[in-house]
Amino acid sequence: METILTRYRNLTVLLIVVVAQLLFLAYQVKANKDDRLIRVWAVSAVTPMAGGVDAVRHNTIGFLQDYFILLDVREQNRKLKAENDKLRMENIYFRNELANSADAHALMVFQAKTPSKTVAARVVGNSTVATAKAVFIDRGSTSGIEKGMAVVTPEGVVGKVIAVYPLVSQVLLVTDPTFKVGVESQKHHVHGILNCGIGHCIVEQVQDEDKLDVGEWFFTSGEDRLFPRGFPVGTVISSAPGAPGQGMRDVKLALSGQPGGAEAVLVVLEGVHQEIPSGPVMADVHVAPLPLPPGQKDGNAPSVEQVQTEADKIVGKYQALGKEENHVYGAVGSSVPDFNLRKTAPAAAAAPAAPVPQASTTTAVAPAPVAPQAPLPLGSPRRKTTSTEAPAPPSPQP
Amino acid sequence: MNESSDNLLRRRPRDSWFSRFQILGLVVLTLFAIIVKVYLPRIIPSTSWLELPLLLTVYFGLVYPNQIAALLFGAFVGLCEDSLAPANLHPIGMFGITKTLVGYFAASVSMRFNVENAFIRLVLCFFFYLFHALMYWLMRRALLDQNVPFDPQEILIYGALNSAVALPLFLLLDKMKVSGSRSAIL
Repeated sequence: METILTRYRNLTVLLIVVVAQLLFLAYQVKANKDDRLIRVWAVSAVTPMAGGVDAVRHNTIGFLQDYFILLDVREQNRKLKAENDKLRMENIYFRNELANSADAHALMVFQAKTPSKTVAARVVGNSTVATAKAVFIDRGSTSGIEKGMAVVTPEGVVGKVIAVYPLVSQVLLVTDPTFKVGVESQKHHVHGILNCGIGHCIVEQVQDEDKLDVGEWFFTSGEDRLFPRGFPVGTVISSAPGAPGQGMRDVKLALSGQPGGAEAVLVVLEGVHQEIPSGPVMADVHVAPLPLPPGQKDGNAPSVEQVQTEADKIVGKYQALGKEENHVYGAVGSSVPDFNLRKTAPAAAAAPAAPVPQASTTTAVAPAPVAPQAPLPLGSPRRKTTSTEAPAPPSPQP
Repeated sequence: MNESSDNLLRRRPRDSWFSRFQILGLVVLTLFAIIVKVYLPRIIPSTSWLELPLLLTVYFGLVYPNQIAALLFGAFVGLCEDSLAPANLHPIGMFGITKTLVGYFAASVSMRFNVENAFIRLVLCFFFYLFHALMYWLMRRALLDQNVPFDPQEILIYGALNSAVALPLFLLLDKMKVSGSRSAIL
């Protein structure tokens, strides 16, 4: 026996190592638990380095990016200022629209707040198994994260925490084949199970009789006891009757968030169910500006220059003075204007930038004091950055 | 003076330090390979095919024709990888067993072939990638009863890509080994 073991020493060691691992594997599968100590050691050794690499990348590439961005920052600043003025004007229009609108749904969408308690985290790495859709985030048990907590972004659902270590956690993404989420449609309140593990997302367990519109939103239903009810999931791409005899509908879904590409996520520490919004979802909200005043054409629309800041007022005052005294600023040979000359009433009225103190238009022209903006509700998707869309929700007004 | 005492006299006192240095270097390289596997797909999503831990295991097996050392190194690399995988899908030992076998067979092959030849290295890396992928797939199906898709075309392409990466990587590791030994001797 001893001779055989000595002769086949290498093979014996191989068998021992493989059998030992097989037994350990069998124990894990049978007992449905693994050796946490090995994982804690490995994760604690690797993830801080991954975090360090990430920090180095941010600080080097980010610095270079900042340098090149700053090269044309002045021009960009000028453009942004003009854009900001334009947006402020649109904001005033929108406030008026909201204040006068009888559409309570839009207001409810803006006023809705998520009562869930969340903590922000950054994605620092992927899993070592290519087929498993899992990532590491830089928050662990020291931040109050526990196994089974939901992970979301304002755009949609991301996944759930499957392992917690002191400084990092592992999150299984909704795109993993083993992950299912209970969902409910917004309009027809059709319930189903989201499955994104087959390359695309489908909603299973939807009866043929159920009605669904293309573009209809799906939200988390809360039935999976993981995601609180009311988080946006995605929109229906197609809805068609399934194979004959099965009685189930084929529903394809486009996720509103990007679980795999998310850089920053929110872990729901204390989830509270919300109502599924009956009105338009934040991303779909489109508030048209008020119609132009009678007799005013598009070309006469209030321009950016009409925005009343203190500087605008001073410029307007001097321009009016110059016009009154036939002075052209910057022109050679033009006489020196008398800045102490008091303006006459018609001149003041002719000033292009002078404010018109009318009760009905004051709020529209003057820069109304901006009330502190209420934070976007967690469950609401971010609005698109087009000029015609709704700005950030205003604070509740009496 | 007998033969063993001659051997003792001939052994340089720095040999032990040199081997320790090599082990430390291997541990650092292993950690680096695993970090690359975990982190690189976050920056470049199309690099998930890169199997640096496997290439490192193959390299170690080819360079050190000691089957026991190679299989133990393969087990170490595999278990490290297993530890970073989701526990519910991937119990510890899946990569461990696969890479143990890869390390053992790589060391066995190195005893019979001239593994310094670039073409042989290329072929061996391709073969071991296929072996690793097939073995892993079989284990997931047979031991864990998981219905994992197996795409032969994808495996072949990824195998070729990994072999292409292996050639310059092995040359680099060869140089590191030489410079490491020189610095140790000096």
